[in-house]
Parts: sequence; structure tokens; C-alpha cells
Amino acid sequence: MQRFEFLGRFARNRGAFVGACLILLVALMAAFASVFFPTDPLRIVGLPELWPGEDPEFPLGTDSLGRDILSMIVHGARATLLIGLFASAVATIIGVGVGAIAGFFGGWVDEVAMRAAELFQTIPNLIFVLTIVVILGSTLTNIVIAIGIVSWTPIARMTRAEFLSLRDREFVQACRSMGMSDFRIIVSEILPNALPPVIVLSSLVVAGAILFESAVSFLGLGDPNVASWGRLVGDGRQLIRSSWYICAIPGIAIMITVLCLNLVGDGLNDALNPKLRDR
Amino acid sequence: MSGSALPLEIVDLRTTLFTRRGEMKAVDGLSLTVAAGETVALVGESGCGKSLSALSIMRLLPDPPARIVGGQVKLNGRDIVPLPEEAMLGIRGKEIGMIFQDPLSSLNPVATVEKQIVEVLMTHTELGRGQARVRAHELLELVGMPDAARRLDAYPHQLSGGMCQRVIIAMAIACSPSVLIADEPTTALDVTVQAQVLALLKKLQADAGMAMIFITHDLGVVAETADRVVVMYAGRKVEEASVDDLFENPLHPYTVGLIGATPTPGAERAERLADIPGMVPPLNALPQGCAFAPRCPRVMDRCLTQKPALTAPAPGRLVACFAAERT
Amino acid sequence: MAGELVSPTPALRGSARRTAALRLLRRRLIQAVPLMLGVVIINFCLIQMAPGSFLELMTAENQVSDPTTIALLRKTYGLDDPVWMQLLKYIWALLHFDFGFSYRQNMPVIQAIWIHLPATVLLMVSSIALAISIGVAAGVVASMKVRTFWDSLVSVAAMFFYAAPSFWLGIMMIVLFSVKLGWLPVGGMMKIGGNGGVLDILHHLILPTLALGLFYAAIYTRVMRSSMLEVAQLDFVRTARAKGLSRNKVTIHHVLRNALLPVVTILGVQMGTVLAGSVVIESVFSWPGVGSLLFDSVSSRNYPVVLGIMVLGSLVVIAANIAVDLIYMWLDPRIEIR
Repeated sequence: MQRFEFLGRFARNRGAFVGACLILLVALMAAFASVFFPTDPLRIVGLPELWPGEDPEFPLGTDSLGRDILSMIVHGARATLLIGLFASAVATIIGVGVGAIAGFFGGWVDEVAMRAAELFQTIPNLIFVLTIVVILGSTLTNIVIAIGIVSWTPIARMTRAEFLSLRDREFVQACRSMGMSDFRIIVSEILPNALPPVIVLSSLVVAGAILFESAVSFLGLGDPNVASWGRLVGDGRQLIRSSWYICAIPGIAIMITVLCLNLVGDGLNDALNPKLRDR
Repeated sequence: MSGSALPLEIVDLRTTLFTRRGEMKAVDGLSLTVAAGETVALVGESGCGKSLSALSIMRLLPDPPARIVGGQVKLNGRDIVPLPEEAMLGIRGKEIGMIFQDPLSSLNPVATVEKQIVEVLMTHTELGRGQARVRAHELLELVGMPDAARRLDAYPHQLSGGMCQRVIIAMAIACSPSVLIADEPTTALDVTVQAQVLALLKKLQADAGMAMIFITHDLGVVAETADRVVVMYAGRKVEEASVDDLFENPLHPYTVGLIGATPTPGAERAERLADIPGMVPPLNALPQGCAFAPRCPRVMDRCLTQKPALTAPAPGRLVACFAAERT
Repeated sequence: MAGELVSPTPALRGSARRTAALRLLRRRLIQAVPLMLGVVIINFCLIQMAPGSFLELMTAENQVSDPTTIALLRKTYGLDDPVWMQLLKYIWALLHFDFGFSYRQNMPVIQAIWIHLPATVLLMVSSIALAISIGVAAGVVASMKVRTFWDSLVSVAAMFFYAAPSFWLGIMMIVLFSVKLGWLPVGGMMKIGGNGGVLDILHHLILPTLALGLFYAAIYTRVMRSSMLEVAQLDFVRTARAKGLSRNKVTIHHVLRNALLPVVTILGVQMGTVLAGSVVIESVFSWPGVGSLLFDSVSSRNYPVVLGIMVLGSLVVIAANIAVDLIYMWLDPRIEIR
């Protein structure tokens, strides 16, 4: 019943609804990329620098080498979305872990955890990611972990706040008096109650992670085997005088995806806290 | 006062809330007069329309949803309901002063006491900044602020609730208004401080001959402050009487209930809780007849279908109740 | 709550507020020490985790083979010592601003970073100034015209700039304003052969500032709008109206300053990301700041410079945060020093 109400509130939010639909579309595109475009997107298939609409075979045109931009966008969606999702997952795991322990135990544990969060907020995030990537190598795994490491602090703060407000409730005290272990109380009693707002925040972290990855790839420091949207923007940069669309199109793809993720996140937020709407 | 006009005369004031769930008559035909130097208490439970009446007089209703749909508010003989907003700017703070319920939150937390008092003076008088500062100091002394000179530089969070209320009173009387509206001015204060603030208000009123509307749900406070009492229920006036008459011989069953629910000093908690059963009905679901009928101990068949009009059972008294008419 | 009997703290004013500010400064500086230590330790861990020897790392791609240099480095960083001793020696070296030597620039790392720092700080300051002025103005307008066309326009614009990657926005602005319209320069900080006249630099500053600043402007707009709406509901706003102040006067004199507080808070939180964002923007506009240096060093695997930038970048963020704290204190008298 409650769940229906929640979905109803979410669906009434037009922006969030449209955003969710578009995200679904992008996700489908990513999932079935090789069905729509079975050939390697990085293969040269036509004349170079064809403008969008110039040749009906390539609706979004071709790049400087004559590769199909639409095919590259569709295939790039997979890399971009996966990196965003995994990086957000890393951030959520670290953030929930740190935040839960800090909020549950309090005292010096809390103090140390919050200092650590402050530390990671102090180090300029992208510089940290670049440093990790350049020292440990620009593999997909390193990039995902690095983005996760710089994105966990807001999640930790929120989880901590939820735990602080939940840890003294009756049901937790009941579990304590029953002799349940701290670990079990955290994982099976408090966490499920603390999770909804944290998940909303994670959806916003996905958007941030996509922006991050696109910046790393744009600078040419991404995984050389992955053609994410950011890299496509970077590749097109040399030709802005003659064919600026090569740059523009993948950027628009990034923008729409991030915009939709933000809309969904905001919508979820509103649906979770109906009182805060219109603020 | 100018000529024979009363400082404040409200005639058939109607304020309606326009909401998605329909129109609600929050103030439904309120009439009252306040003479110079007189205090009229506006009494009722929360949600009965007291505060909206006050905001209607100030023309500070939250719009949307609230709007004045009819009636007159005559300030020294001039109806201010049709006045444009610019004209109201010259009336608020100058001709009508207002005091609020929660003193700490009613002051800007990031401005000094001096700045907030000087602001009223500079808005309505010709005083320069320096003169306004001197005047602000005088006003603080006038409202009995201890160590006034030093408090000028204080921020609200550095003052106690009582001191904050003194600052607000100083701002309200800064331009010697002819009407003072006090909306539950002592509700948020400690009992000892309450008494001090009430005494201060009485003294200031007597000295300046202000007309005062005193809004409260606490009849104990009414007995100490008011000359006349207007009891409101669900947006309507249900009884009006001098304070002595009202306490000696309340006519409306609602007034009787309110007096019964008033804690008398020394009484045990269990004794005084002759609470009125039930709650104020929501304004969009008022009964067809008398709004108080569902809670009334003396309800009759007639009360359920007809709204009782105000009648005058004795000189200077008004009541809107079929049962009271018969006795 | 002893009513009138309370003797509240005397008003802070003039010298009293100055001492309070100094106390805040001192406390923040003390808190900065463990933070910086943390940054250095993270740095050290990265070096330890790196494939290849420390020596290879610190001499970067230049394959220094001069035995005296290598011996000197071995001694400075204590490469023959246990790990914890190495860490102490590393910290000791950093305390003396010894970040190593950059063979690529042929100067100490600290000097290489130092000469690039002003350009970055200029870009950061101008972007933040732009973001705050646009954000505050747009947020105030949207809140005063809430649920009108203007409110929607502001919200939609904020949504877009919040989602647009800054580097892409920068490139698109180059396409429009430099390539198509020819109004503004494509990149760099001054005309080639220019002597760095103020107007010339400002001319080159416009596009990078917009590209970096508009993202933050979008954030501040959203925060400012909701904060204005929230403050407008508070009791003291009604008091101000009851004094006879006009709606606009109340908004400017009473609501605005209170509504600014959350904006200042997130400004502090975001200092690090602003600095990081300037790395990308500098690369787009060939802005000769720390970001360009970092990009160059990352591409050439010049590790000492990369690590040095991380440490000094964190230092800049800490300093900026302290400045933000002081501004907050100035805006909100309720902040008392514990």
C-alpha cells in the first residue's frame, strides 16, 4: 500500500517521470548496442566528417576518420552507464560502511570517521583521481575505484545521520536486550530502515560519477580500450573549427543522461519526503 | 484622537481562505470597536480566527490563500481595507503596532537590536540615523530593558525571551501608534516574565492612551488585562461583555466551558480540567446550524439547523446562542 | 530559562568580534594539521603502491643515471630504511617544502607549482565570484517570482547547467564565441607576445570563468531559491512587514542575509571540487595554471609534480575553507567559539 503511494507520488512528478523513461531508454540502448550496431563502432565505415543528416546512413554523421557517430554513442552508453553505476556502487559501499559504523558506535570511532570524510573532501577530487590513475595505471577498475573513493563522503554523512536517529529507537533497544550482536543489529535491523534516502543519494552519485569519468576520459586518461562519451568529446576537440558537431553530440548525450538522473533523484527525494516539496 | 472617531472600529469583517479543498470562512462577520485607552481581549481556542483577524487588520494575510472579502476596518474613522499596499506601508508600524507570540523567532537573528529598532524609526519618522539611535536607546529604557545601552549592540540570541519581547514592544510603540495589537504576547514566556510583560503593556497603554487588542486563549491573562472581552468561535463572535460581566455571568456555553478550562492559581490540575469535549470543527466542515452545537452541553434541535444571531440580553452585552436567549 | 534574571553574554562588537575571529582562525589552523598529515600519508601510500621503485617514480621518465643524484635521493627519502622511517623522512622533506625536483621543468617541484599557482587562483576566484553573483541573483528572482514563468526559466536553466560537463560547455562556447563570432580568444591567458595587461587578461578570462562558474552558479541558484523561500516563512519576516517595510525592503534587508548562510556552507564544502574543475577547464583553454601543469605532468608521468600538486592543492582548499569559515562567522553572529 505504502509502496503504491510512493510510486504514485513519484509518477505525478512530471520531470522525474520523463527522466526515468529516458534513462530506461539509454539503458536499453546500452544493453542492446551490439544488436543495433553489430559491427565494431571504432571501424571506419564511411567518408570522414559527414555532418548529421548529410548521409541518411549515418544520421549523426561521421567523425574525422569516417566512423559512425551514432554507433559510437550507442556503444559508448554502455561504458558510460556501467562506469557510473559501478563507481556509485563503490562509493555507496564505502559510504554506508563508514557512516553506519560512525553513527552506530559514536564516540571516537565517529570522530575518526568524520575526520576521514573531511580529509577526502579536502583533497581536490579530480586531482586525486588523476593521481591514482596515472600512478596505478588507467584501467577501468582503477578509474571506477578512484571515482568511488572520492564520492563516498556525502553518502557516509547521510548514513551516519540516519543511524544516529535510529540507533536509540525501541526496536533497536529490544534487539540489544535480546543479546543480538552489534553486527546483526546494524545489518539486519537499522540498515534496512536507513537505506531509502541513501539509495536516493546514490542515484545522484551515479550522475556525478558519469561527469567524473567523462572528464577523465576527455583528458585522454581513461582506459584506452573503452570509448566512453567523454573520450568522444576529447577526440572531436581538434576539429571544432570545421566539424564541431563531433564534439557537441556526445556532450549532449552526457548532459541528457546526467540531467535525467538528477531529475529521477530529485523525484525520489520528493516522493520520500512529501513535506519538503516546493522548497 | 481626531474628532469623535474611535481609534479602531471593525464592521462585519470577512476573511476567507481560498484553498484547493474549498473556501473557508476564517473570519465571518466580525464587528468590534476599541476606544482610546481601552483593551479588548479576543479570546478563543486556536483555529477560531483570532490571529487571522489580527492579520486582517494589519492587512498582512498570507495571500494566497487568505483574502479579506468584505467588511470595514476603520482606523481613526478611515476604512483601510480598500487602501493600496503603498498606503498600508505608512500605517503598519506607525498607526498600528503589533506584538507577536514567539519573541525570539520574531526578531531577525543576524541584526542587532539597535538596527531593528532604528529601522522602524527611519521608515516612519524624519529622524536621522544618529537621532534614531538615541531614540532607540530611550525606547529600550522605556520598555524597562535592563542595561539598555549595552543591549543595543546585542543580537537576539544573546537575550532572554522576556528581553526579546521588550525589544519587540519597543519596536511596536516606537512611532506612538494609536492601536496596538498583541497576538498572544506572553504565551511563550515564563510565568514570572509574563506578569512583568503584562504590567509593562498596561503601563505603556495607559501612558499613551493606546487602543489595544489583546489576543489570547488564556482567560487568566484576560482577567488581568482587558476591559472588554470578545469570545470567538469558528470565525464568529459568540459573546461580548465587559470583563467583570463575563467572568461573573458567562452566557454562551462556550464561554462557560472556556472559563471552566482556565487554570485558577492554586488549583490542582485534576480540578481545573473541566475541558470542553471535542475539538474546533475544521472550517470546511462547519455544521449547518450553530458551529458549537456538536460540543455544546445545552444543545437543542434548533441549534442543529439554524445559526443563532447576536442578541443583546443586557446593555453592553452580546451573545449568539438560542439557549442563552431563553434564560 | 530564568527569565529576566539571565545575564547574557555581552554583545560581541569591534575588538571582541576580532578576538573571536582570531580564536576561530587558530582553531582551524590547528585542525588543519591532522588533515594535511592525512593528505601526505595518502600520498605516501600511493607512492608505495606504485609499480616500480620509488627512485624511478621520483626521477620520472628522465632516467636520471647520475650516481651522485641517486645517492642524494636515496639519502633524502631514506630508501634503505624501514617504511615508517621513510614516511617520517617524507614528511620531514615536505615540511621543508622539498617536493623533489622536476627534471622536465628543470627546477624544484615547489617552484614549478608556485609559478603556475596565481593563474589557477585567479580562475578559481573569478569563477566563484561569478557563480555566487549569478546564483544569488537568480535564486532571489526565482524565489520572489515563485511559480511564475521566471521561476520556471531559472529552474530549467539551472537544471541544464548542473548537468552539462564543464569541459564540453567550454568547447561549445569556444565554437560560438571564438570560432563563429570571433568575440573572444580561443585560449591562453594573454595575447601572444602580450605583456599581461589587465584588460587583456580579463578578455581571456571570460570564457574559462563562464565554463567553470556556470555549473556552480546552477547549484547556488537552487540552494538560494529554496533557502529564500524557507527564510521567507520565518516569524521575523512578518515582524519586519508589520513595521511597515515594503516587500522588497524586507527581502533585501532581512531575508537575503539569512538565506545566504547555506550558500556559504556549500561553498566551503565545494572548494576542492572547484580547484579540481579548474584542471579540466585549464586544459580546454590552455590556461597556464596548475591544471595545465598537472595535465602535462600526468601525460609525461612526472610523478613528483603530480604528488606535489595534490599536497599543495589540499593546502589551498584548507586555506579557502578557513576564509569561508570567517565569512560565515561575519554573516552569522550566532556562531560562538566553543
